[in-house]
Amino acid sequence: MAVASSTYKRVLEGDQQPKEVLVKIERVTKKFDETVAVDDVSLTINKGEIFALLGGSGSGKSTLLRMLAGFERPTEGRIYLDGEDITDMPPYERPINMMFQSYALFPHMTVAENIAFGLKQDKMPKADIETRVAEMLKLVHMTQYAKRKPHQLSGGQRQRVALARSLAKSPKLLLLDEPMGALDKKLRSEMQLELVEIIERVGVTCVMVTHDQEEAMTMAQRIAIMHLGWIAQIGSPIDIYETPTSRLVCEFIGNVNLFEGQVVEDHEAHALIDSPDLERNIFVGHGVSTSVQDKSITYAIRPEKLLVTTEQPSFEYNWSRGTVHDIAYLGGHSVFHVQLPSGKIVQSFVANAERRGARPTWDDQVFVWWEDDSGVALRS
Amino acid sequence: MNKRFSFSNIMLWLGFLFIYLPMVILVIYSFNSSRLVTVWGGWSVKWYVGLLDNTQLINAVLRSLEIAFYTAISAVILGTMAAFVLTRVTRFKGRTMFGGLVTAPLVMPEVITGLSLLLLFVAMAQLLGWPSERGIATIWIAHTTFCTAYVAVVVSSRLRELDLSIEEAAMDLGARPLKVFCLITIPMIAPSLAAGAMMSFALSLDDLVLASFVSGPGSTTLPMEVFSAVRLGVKPEINAIASLILLSVSLVTFIAWALTRRAENARKKAIQQAVDEGAKATWQQAPSSAKS
Amino acid sequence: MNISRSISRRMPKGRHVVIGIPFIWLFLFFLLPFIIVMKISFAEADVAIPPYTEIYTWAEGQLSIILNLGNYIFLTEDELYLAAYLGSLKMAFISTLICLLIGYPMAYAIARANKEMQTVYLLLVMMPTWTAILIRVYAWMGILSNNGILNGFLMSIGVISEPLQILNTNFAVYIGIVYSYLPFMILPLFANLVKHDHSLLEAASDLGSSTFNSFWKITVPLSKNGIIAGCMLVFIPAVGEFVIPELLGGPETLMIGKVLWQEFFNNRDWPVASALAVVMLALLIVPIILFNRNQAKEMEGRA
Repeated sequence: MAVASSTYKRVLEGDQQPKEVLVKIERVTKKFDETVAVDDVSLTINKGEIFALLGGSGSGKSTLLRMLAGFERPTEGRIYLDGEDITDMPPYERPINMMFQSYALFPHMTVAENIAFGLKQDKMPKADIETRVAEMLKLVHMTQYAKRKPHQLSGGQRQRVALARSLAKSPKLLLLDEPMGALDKKLRSEMQLELVEIIERVGVTCVMVTHDQEEAMTMAQRIAIMHLGWIAQIGSPIDIYETPTSRLVCEFIGNVNLFEGQVVEDHEAHALIDSPDLERNIFVGHGVSTSVQDKSITYAIRPEKLLVTTEQPSFEYNWSRGTVHDIAYLGGHSVFHVQLPSGKIVQSFVANAERRGARPTWDDQVFVWWEDDSGVALRS
Repeated sequence: MNKRFSFSNIMLWLGFLFIYLPMVILVIYSFNSSRLVTVWGGWSVKWYVGLLDNTQLINAVLRSLEIAFYTAISAVILGTMAAFVLTRVTRFKGRTMFGGLVTAPLVMPEVITGLSLLLLFVAMAQLLGWPSERGIATIWIAHTTFCTAYVAVVVSSRLRELDLSIEEAAMDLGARPLKVFCLITIPMIAPSLAAGAMMSFALSLDDLVLASFVSGPGSTTLPMEVFSAVRLGVKPEINAIASLILLSVSLVTFIAWALTRRAENARKKAIQQAVDEGAKATWQQAPSSAKS
Repeated sequence: MNISRSISRRMPKGRHVVIGIPFIWLFLFFLLPFIIVMKISFAEADVAIPPYTEIYTWAEGQLSIILNLGNYIFLTEDELYLAAYLGSLKMAFISTLICLLIGYPMAYAIARANKEMQTVYLLLVMMPTWTAILIRVYAWMGILSNNGILNGFLMSIGVISEPLQILNTNFAVYIGIVYSYLPFMILPLFANLVKHDHSLLEAASDLGSSTFNSFWKITVPLSKNGIIAGCMLVFIPAVGEFVIPELLGGPETLMIGKVLWQEFFNNRDWPVASALAVVMLALLIVPIILFNRNQAKEMEGRA
């Protein structure tokens, strides 16, 4: 998965600067008639970070964003920006600007007029507006298009104008609603990196909404995964992918093999899980605290960490026999679908490191195995 | 081939024949020099020339134009407000009733609207002393009421098509709702406002029944004038005035069509140009972005 | 900042003004008049200005209201009125049906045409609605009269030897209503049909449905709202139509709009005219509500 290098670097290093909270969302609930769109959500967004709300349709991510912008009023709860309660502030008074999914450029105004619109609302002197507009046009490399109308621009150019317009007023918080939603796939990855670069150059705090996990992981430093109005997990892209805290999260992000089972042995330094799908027990390198009555647990392992071999492993745990059920060749890697003796089919990604190596093929007997710390034991 | 001669296409052309043939015949016969309307006596424009001497008729035309002008303005204002409420204000008390009030005048038989408005004006005159005399003002009120409904339908269909986020973006950038409406919404719906105004103007100019009920002595409108003449049968003078009305309406329609077509073509060309340039730009940009 | 906001909250909000102005106008000049019509339908005709009696009297601090049902009883006693109501309904119903039969294929053809032709066709349909109904009806008078163009044409090709009496018959009224209201049928049907996804029909034919079957089972049911809107736009005003029966109809043509007009202008019996209007409204209230529901859905984009 592609991660913008600077973001990735910062995530790996951990933020050295002290974190300063910019936005505080406190127990916010939004109901439309009887349906609960956002359900008791609390979170904080730090100054200078790019924060993504990731979720499917109906997860409440857009409603939460619209409450930050001021288009919806929370049914319950408060929203603070820089310590000030902005819950009841109308959108036109908030120092928050948004880049809309459709870009929402004013069709009857030129690019320059679009960018100047917000500044005019602030009664900024004319000369200052001109300087600022020129500055913004330069920032997004659109100077030569200043006199164009939006319908004379391509999709990528429109997005730049929309970004310039929402940054022109130097908002404390920038909101991005599905920033790549209107672009085709090829342009997307290019624009993702450019967008992050511009946002970081300006240094604005940013909340984005997306349904595309790759986009969230590329652009954001922290991600909140939303589901049915509540937040399932908040964390860095690496946290969310490698240490999901629930089945929901690990199924939502990427592919995963799940084994249901019972904890049969539980010590401080290791635990054993017995799964009916596997002939051998699963060995976990740390204790798993379960309740006395309910010992059931789910073990999740990513396909790239599940390895396929033709030789029987020599160790006691963490492997199984199987037959190759199907192979999907995807260029960079192949996906092996291996059927276990129990009938369960698991996925394994095998990197195509050699051009034409000798590989197990359809119906071959194989073994799947994994390292002790490759998977995650999940209780929910 | 098959598509061109399908049943529905044949019906379409027969339908247009049905709609336009009577009007064409009317226009042709208005140039008939014979007083007997059915006997062709050669081409002549004498009935048109004769109209100029008819001061009563010309006064009625001027009066009708005046009322139509006021109606167009007021109906566009009220109708736009109504359309805005119906499409943008999602929840308020009495919304269903509001919707009913806006659309009902579209279908209400004119005799009922006319009679009820007259009775209202009579009752108002008794209670408030206004309108002491019925005339241009009362006809204007009657026309505005039913034209508002037409404008509301036209404008609301345009408002519904608009991307709501454009208005939200303006608000997000610091414009208050009234300013958003004036700076953003109005320019975007301007064509439908013009269409609504033209429609109101035409409807007001055409109305006979409402005007007959709510007009007073000395405020005869053009349709009332024509009606009283038509009742007595077909006359060449009426042919001439009817043809003039037909021709002016078709002329206005044609101009409106030509203008929108030109604007549309210009727009298409601009979009094509942008697409071409966009394609070029992507090719040129690819290496430079790889560098950074 | 806070003070100005609390002030602006106390002021009448823009939203109330925007809702209020059209609401008050329509209430005052559309709804209130009906209440007055209702009131006067219970009054008695009087030789006075205005020509009716007050239904309430204020005497010795007591308000007494006398509802005079005489007008309604009068309507049931005279067969003329019943015949006029039935005549109007029948006339409107048959005309609506003919409009639908002619208008549907036309709307369908326009919806299938390419974009460029669509605007031309639509203009051709709409233009007549901008010309006075009066003039379009008048055009037919010249065509249908005994010594008119149609009779002249038919006699010259030898189909008939005597001129046919068409003008001043119910037949002429049907022609007039269909002619005048056809555009109002086509426009909502078009608005509906043009939104249909053509791939539905392709899917149907892919699944083995014949063209006619697809049309009947897919296009027609999906255009239900358009059909309702179109029919109501023709039927309701046609019931109360005055100009067409007056100019094209004959003595046999009994339509309620004409009768109401005569009661009002010729007999100057305002209370009876009001009662006629009230009964007409009662007959039309169901179709009007049906239309309004349909229209409200369309206008709010829920359809």
